[in-house]
Amino acid sequence: MSDPSGKLRYLIPLGVFVLLLGVLTVGLVRAPEKDIIPSPLIGKSAPQFSVPNLFAGQGAVSSEQFKGRWTLVNVWGSWCYACRAEHPTLLSIKQQAQVPIIGIDWNDDETDARDWLDQLGNPYSEVGTDHDGKVAIDWGVYGAPESFLISPGGQVVYKQIGAMTPEIWRREFLARINAANPAGAAARSSPGATRAAATPDR
Amino acid sequence: MKLPRTAARSLAALLLVWTAVAQLTPAFAVDSTPPIADPVLQQRYLALTHELRCMQCQGEALADSSVTLAAEVRREVHDLVLQGLTEQQVRDHMVARYGEFILYRPPISWRNAWLWGAPPALMIIGALIAWRVLRSRRPLIDQGPDEFGEDADEESGEESLQS
Repeated sequence: MSDPSGKLRYLIPLGVFVLLLGVLTVGLVRAPEKDIIPSPLIGKSAPQFSVPNLFAGQGAVSSEQFKGRWTLVNVWGSWCYACRAEHPTLLSIKQQAQVPIIGIDWNDDETDARDWLDQLGNPYSEVGTDHDGKVAIDWGVYGAPESFLISPGGQVVYKQIGAMTPEIWRREFLARINAANPAGAAARSSPGATRAAATPDR
Repeated sequence: MKLPRTAARSLAALLLVWTAVAQLTPAFAVDSTPPIADPVLQQRYLALTHELRCMQCQGEALADSSVTLAAEVRREVHDLVLQGLTEQQVRDHMVARYGEFILYRPPISWRNAWLWGAPPALMIIGALIAWRVLRSRRPLIDQGPDEFGEDADEESGEESLQS
């Protein structure tokens, strides 16, 4: 700035250009992440709920049911295209009996939902219905499918927004379960795991 | 003289139509929730639904969005306001579930410092540059008109003497 008429002043636009280039590159590279909004629920207790069972004659589905064991909570709907895409993955998780899956049928027609499960197979150990979206709001759901990994201590460990794939299941879900209990529930040291240790369910 | 007048008239007409349309838009509002009887609570409800984001559409406020999720979150806001929660409590309730992204006006915090700090910082940098440029040109500005002014004065003085 001491020599405003010198050659240095011609470098200023170049500097601005490089800066802009940097900002835009970061924006472009990070663009795919923009659709994924991190959930504030991670590391917190899973929100409580108790909703009617999709299948008549069966008791209410509630958050109490997955206390003391790893659980996958899957929010879906028969209207949801990506749910159809992830369905085979959920079925294979069930076949391998890895963790029970609790389904939340969100803003759906019950008959449609039952037909859907009859047709494609039922990967869920329980399916609750959320007609007015109350549970979905409490869980911070903004699009189906969404899948939550719940620890035996009742905490939300991970959230997957969008369709589950075998690769995501292994990398993000199974890896976390395996890392958390190399030698049973008692080995867990994360806060809130005391309850899990106190109730050795497995 | 005729052309500008018609232009002004059509402009006025356009403005009138625009105002009329702008006045009509509330009639097309998506939110069909019956207003809360208490005007204070209704005001709170309106402020919140215009300030919270529809998470599914992301470019729209709750009040402007027609998707099911927005309607359900509006109803939740409605219920919470009726329960007597303050604006901040409702905001916190939503942030606890959806994160700060649901707020169109993010809170001022260290995490958001760059977001709130960047515009004033850029303004100050711009003002500094403008000030420097103006100051470096000041001698030229002072010089130019003075020489002209003196010349003009001399000339006019001569003229007045002559007349």
